[in-house]
Amino acid sequence: MKEELFASGRNIPNIDPYLNIWHWQIPGYLFLGGLAAGILLFASFFTIMGKENKMEATVKKAPMIVPFALVLGLFFLFLDLKHKLYFWQLYTTVRYESPMSWGAWVLMAITPLSILWAASYIRELFPKWDWKYDILKKAEKWLIANRILMAWPMGALAVILGIYTGILLSAFNARPLWNTSILGPLFLVSGMSTGAAVIMLMSKDHKEKKIIGRIDILLIVVELFFIIHLFMGFLAGSEVQINAANLFLGGKFTAPFFAFVVILGLIFPAVLEIFELKGYKVPIVIPAILILLGGLIFRFLMVEAGQITRYLY
Amino acid sequence: MRYAMAIDTRKCVGCSDCVVACQTENNVPVGFCRDWVVEIVDGTYPNVSIELRTERCNHCDNSPCVRCCPTGASHFEDGGIVLVDHNKCIGCGACIQSCPYDARYSHPDGYVDKCTFCIHRVREGKNPACVSVCPTNCMHFGDLDDPNSEIVNVLKNRKFKSLAPEAGTKPQIFYLV
Repeated sequence: MKEELFASGRNIPNIDPYLNIWHWQIPGYLFLGGLAAGILLFASFFTIMGKENKMEATVKKAPMIVPFALVLGLFFLFLDLKHKLYFWQLYTTVRYESPMSWGAWVLMAITPLSILWAASYIRELFPKWDWKYDILKKAEKWLIANRILMAWPMGALAVILGIYTGILLSAFNARPLWNTSILGPLFLVSGMSTGAAVIMLMSKDHKEKKIIGRIDILLIVVELFFIIHLFMGFLAGSEVQINAANLFLGGKFTAPFFAFVVILGLIFPAVLEIFELKGYKVPIVIPAILILLGGLIFRFLMVEAGQITRYLY
Repeated sequence: MRYAMAIDTRKCVGCSDCVVACQTENNVPVGFCRDWVVEIVDGTYPNVSIELRTERCNHCDNSPCVRCCPTGASHFEDGGIVLVDHNKCIGCGACIQSCPYDARYSHPDGYVDKCTFCIHRVREGKNPACVSVCPTNCMHFGDLDDPNSEIVNVLKNRKFKSLAPEAGTKPQIFYLV
């Protein structure tokens, strides 16, 4: 039997007995960032394909909420900072080795870009909207003429943002549950799936819903594969990684993970979407909300569980 | 120059004097600590072995905390000492997540804080506070690049280990076993 105790009685807030320094703000941001990345990726893809008029909700409506999602996400990140008045230090340096620095700069680029994108469509969706100043009207004209030019960098940045939400966690070698490179693609696919769910909620066009629904089924299947790979990798790994996997395979995160993420958040909505494609009447609200909740809970569980896992020595 | 510490687990009695000395020297807020003492009991009575060791930031050569810091607040000083620049730290917590030794904490004033190897004392040619108060003289601090230093001598003649070397951080606190 091996027993370890602090002879000097250490009990530091949020560090002992186990690490809990990141609270709801981080998973909340990861969710919003992934969702925004998903919507922007679809919007730029269908714009580049020349389908903006066939995919109205994807290209025009859904990106309207992206600036709000990103700003809210950034606000969550700000709330997480403990030394808030120094937040501007993020933008005094570029640190290639730090994923958080990458994320800060990518957000700095993609947030204004998403605002410009939304601004270029605002008069189409709200005909009464008036820009008032001539210079703004001229700027709008330029933006409308150059949407393709915006779509390429926006799509690329969206992929980086989506992957970054996973890399942020996976770069921490000290937390075995996070320290796997599959987390980047997994969070990207999951973010795209939540983005697709928002588009389906906002779309009134049956054809568009069908296209996005098909893509979403594919994304969910890929996500399930990634989740299986995640645990396969852990179980073939070192002791700390096996312990990390066991938190979800019999440990205290098993029930919420399989019930809310795997079954209600992925498998059940995918089945509903398949029924919908087969012609059965399924209100799209149900799978869409389930996917969004599943994505949110998935991020909460990963952040919470990851902080518990650690090296043994 | 490469500062490091060698700690004799066979001499340590777990008195926690190092912890109190650090708290006093560095004005560590109540309820927090930059170093701590662990007691590991292995086996069942009467076949028991106990290891006592005082732990702190390992001032790693390959520091994940310096790597992940988005502002450069966590940085290396001369001699490989890892420090946090309080005026650059935004309190994001990335370095706390990245440390396999849980050696960092969030100071009530917002920035992240941890052991500094008492750099203010070291620069004056003194030992860190924890080393200087140890009643059993179980801690040795010095420069690994100086072949005549006490720490090089100790590490030459004793078996030692470091904590979680598999994390790849190249820790610079060595435990004599």
